[in-house]
Amino acid sequence: MTGNRSEAATLRGRGPLFTNPDCDAARQAFRVRSKGLTDKVMTVEDAVDRFVHDGDYLASGGFGGDRIATAALHEIVRQKKQNLSFAGHTATHDFQILCAGNLTGRGKLLAKVDIAYVVGLEARGLSAHARRVMQSGEVEICEWSNYALAVRFQAAAMGLPFLPMRTMAGTDTFDRSASAMIECPFTGAALVAVPALWPDVSIIHVHEADCYGNARIRGTTVADPHLARASKRVILTCERLISNDEIRRDPSATAIPYFCVDAVCEVPFGSYPGNMPYEYFSDEEHLRGWLQAECDPATHAAWLDRYVFGATSFNEYLDACGGLARMQELRRQEMFPCGPSAT
Amino acid sequence: MLEFTPMELMICAASQMLEDGALVVVGTGAPCAAAMLAQRTSAPNLTLIFEAGGIGPQLPRMPISVGDSRTFYRGLAATSMADVMETCQRGLVDYTFLGGAQIDRYGNLNSTMIGGDYNRPKVRLPGSGGANDLGSLCWRILTITPHDPRRFVEKVDFITTPGYLTGPGAREAAGLPAGTGPYRVITDLAVLGFDETTKQMQVESLHPGVTFDEVQRNTGFELLKRTPLGETAPPTPHQLDILRREVDPHRYIIGRAAPSRTTA
Repeated sequence: MTGNRSEAATLRGRGPLFTNPDCDAARQAFRVRSKGLTDKVMTVEDAVDRFVHDGDYLASGGFGGDRIATAALHEIVRQKKQNLSFAGHTATHDFQILCAGNLTGRGKLLAKVDIAYVVGLEARGLSAHARRVMQSGEVEICEWSNYALAVRFQAAAMGLPFLPMRTMAGTDTFDRSASAMIECPFTGAALVAVPALWPDVSIIHVHEADCYGNARIRGTTVADPHLARASKRVILTCERLISNDEIRRDPSATAIPYFCVDAVCEVPFGSYPGNMPYEYFSDEEHLRGWLQAECDPATHAAWLDRYVFGATSFNEYLDACGGLARMQELRRQEMFPCGPSAT
Repeated sequence: MLEFTPMELMICAASQMLEDGALVVVGTGAPCAAAMLAQRTSAPNLTLIFEAGGIGPQLPRMPISVGDSRTFYRGLAATSMADVMETCQRGLVDYTFLGGAQIDRYGNLNSTMIGGDYNRPKVRLPGSGGANDLGSLCWRILTITPHDPRRFVEKVDFITTPGYLTGPGAREAAGLPAGTGPYRVITDLAVLGFDETTKQMQVESLHPGVTFDEVQRNTGFELLKRTPLGETAPPTPHQLDILRREVDPHRYIIGRAAPSRTTA
């Protein structure tokens, strides 16, 4: 222990804070939400049209290329939403899709990004187009860590303006964040305070949901139970619609309760080309193709025309990627990860 | 004479550092291979944890994403990122593996941007992800990296993840948990550690056939040297057999070419 605690406790990151951390303002927004058990089933097109607005702060559930709401991401790009802020929390393929709305002659989809992890697709490599977007200077940024953004969602879900944590201290990540050092009132320890983050809208893909939006997730939840509770509006896409009776048969399986949710869209294979635990593995060939196409802007434009802008629905995208036969192959890879076809 | 690649040596050396009964947060690639090898040789009771919430999987194959379904295949628990990070914050997690585009003498890592101006980077990299969290909270940080002067630099362009920051006591003064920090850096030339008093990087052991001068030539700052300087144990036939047959049968990791670097 050193004597520098009080000095550390005065430090503040110089990154911009893109959202209001006022918990009473958030309470007012949640107060006026519709809380009845109403049928919220609709198409992805309608859900994005109704609940994602230009200028919104958007967050995406899952883990970048695992359990992501691909159909909603494509639809946001197709509807040319403008000037969105985005929570880059473990953002990989989801971020790569959204970047299709920048520097492609369709205005500026992304205007501000809270970065914990963007432009990379983990071991698969870096997205050339996402890098072009992030190096262009047209997107305002603020740095965080993955846990910092998860804690920001958690603070919002708790209805608090901030939470303390013990990471980021002493680094440039802290310096370029919008967090602040505080002193623990009980021990005097220096802690990092991160502000609550209430996204305007989140898109989350789940395994099962009923028509009201009660939802089940299998496997890791990443940050989604907190994200759903923190968001002012939530669009759920699900592999399968299930009955409300089924939800009531096992309430302990409900990860997200209906009153957090605004739209429920049934999208089988909805995380494709991402992985969906216990359903299908990621399509590494397609993701590799996407990364390669991005190396040349003209090839990238043709790729986007074929798979995103040229398709009028998610089913058309799946068909362009090999349809049911391909999905069955990815299902085999998920179910038999030691089998001969596993990547 | 046993034949092995530099990558195989690095993975085998890293696997020896993970003792039985420890908790380790791993990523994809070489760290995951090292942890899987340790489980099958020296540390059957090593528990693997993945950042997105996968705990104690019986990995069927190496994961492609630290959040994919293999990270909790036949696992003990599938929880959340916050749960994993909070397990680290409570002080339970012994080891983590981290990497970066640049590392300095104090083990500070950069995975955010290359260039002199943060607002106009030459190369924008992904950012911290969970690296800053794991590097702040786990007891011992391990790094597996190719050894060249573009990576081992006098000053990193951006401290994404804390090493010993500016030296002894700096982590604690900044507010990070006491007693944590970089432990070993395993390269294709040597195993490096950190001097107890100065917290600066020092060569612990040279790989067979490598000289100290060669390591120094590939490092952008002056290295300290442990005395006596050891030689890294080469992989055993058993380690190589398990690594090649069970851990990475498709040679995704061990098949990678030796990293390019400055030669004499």
